Amino acid sequence: MKFYGEGLPGVDTSNLAGKLIVVEGADGSGRSTQMELLKEYLEGKGHATVDVGLRRSTLVSDELREAKQGNVLGEITRSLFYATDFADQLENRIIPALKAGFIVLADRYIYTLTAREIVRGADRDWVRSLYGIALVPDLVIYLRVSPSQLVERNFRKNATLDYWEAGMDLGLSRDIFDSFIRYQRLIQKEFTLMQQEYGFHVVNGNRSIRSVAREITARVEGLLGI
Amino acid sequence: MKSDLLTELPGKLVAVEGLDGSGKSTQLYLLKRWLELQGLKVFFTEWNSSVIVKKATSKGKKRQLLTPTTFSLIHCTDFADRYERQVLPLLKAGYLVLCDRYIFTAFARDAVRGCPRTWLHNMYGFARRPDLTLFFDTPLPVALSRILSGRPQLKYHEAGMDLGLSSDPYESFRIFQERIYHEYLAMSDECGFITIDGSVTVEEQQKKVRNLVAGSFDLPSYRWKSIA
Repeated sequence: MKFYGEGLPGVDTSNLAGKLIVVEGADGSGRSTQMELLKEYLEGKGHATVDVGLRRSTLVSDELREAKQGNVLGEITRSLFYATDFADQLENRIIPALKAGFIVLADRYIYTLTAREIVRGADRDWVRSLYGIALVPDLVIYLRVSPSQLVERNFRKNATLDYWEAGMDLGLSRDIFDSFIRYQRLIQKEFTLMQQEYGFHVVNGNRSIRSVAREITARVEGLLGI
Repeated sequence: MKSDLLTELPGKLVAVEGLDGSGKSTQLYLLKRWLELQGLKVFFTEWNSSVIVKKATSKGKKRQLLTPTTFSLIHCTDFADRYERQVLPLLKAGYLVLCDRYIFTAFARDAVRGCPRTWLHNMYGFARRPDLTLFFDTPLPVALSRILSGRPQLKYHEAGMDLGLSSDPYESFRIFQERIYHEYLAMSDECGFITIDGSVTVEEQQKKVRNLVAGSFDLPSYRWKSIA
């Protein structure tokens, strides 16, 4: 396995026997559902799996959550907080699991982090270099769902839209609904750019859960040579 | 981000660098007092002091959760917080901003831990270079003796124990500091350090520091403007 950039000091990637599968997509794209189904499927086939996601690090997840609520972080600080969270999980969970031959299912990866930061005006080269520490995944599934579908699904889940997923901090609109649509379109534009650079498998997430699951399973079988 | 770095700002940024025990903090404090006593707008900030990041840093250190990369990232996060919320706005507001340790500390320490130098330089790329950087060059044995006299409790990361340099914390600290010292020397020219001889008296050092600062900036222009 390789790193995107200069990687992590002191980490040997030649002995990582497992596979890293990333599922990307907005809130409401069906990520959690699809990851659960995928996990069941893989475990059913006898593969050990581990899941990781953003803001779940032992190191900074509490502080990140608090800071998000308080809305007190500068842009660069926030980016670095997320990068720290990512690096912590990469070194303490993802790499050990891969060494042990597990399949790591990552709920989002550096792509969401990159998109969020670019949309907020971060320097592209800066972000790319920062995330040079990331391992290149074996498979990236991007669940693309139209913003209007996303809105519907988010409302079905929570009856509200999340402030940050609506990009309200960007002042795109005073109305959270409008802001959400605009923001998600900006994010998708970034994903379209990244897709070409990084080679995602774009899955049409507007379909039924089962159709999406079938396509994902097919991709994973292709990866594992099943 | 990039344009911010080059535009001249009303305020001025002074950074001091050096090993622990080099005397830099004492000198910076004396400088700060001198400037304040002249009624100038001064702000002081030191390494690893962001309130927001503090909890995570101490948690990480206590539980030995930190790797060279996360150690570096968390300190950069701390730095970014102070920079975005304090250093940069105060420079824009015309303050003399005094930093006890700056990005060069990270360049030296984190490189010794194995972080790629290009990655480090890029990560700190959002930060302006100081208008004046003073490197307190104190002979290693002197600096070490100031820290180690009385056999104080050396903390795990402080002693560089994570690098496996020695099983004895004091020996580890010695080797760690020596390596950091060499990193500082190597970057001195490129980073525009002005070297202060740390082996002369406190008073002599301070005289030199004050002359440098007075010579570099039009100090009276940083006086508080009275509100009529």
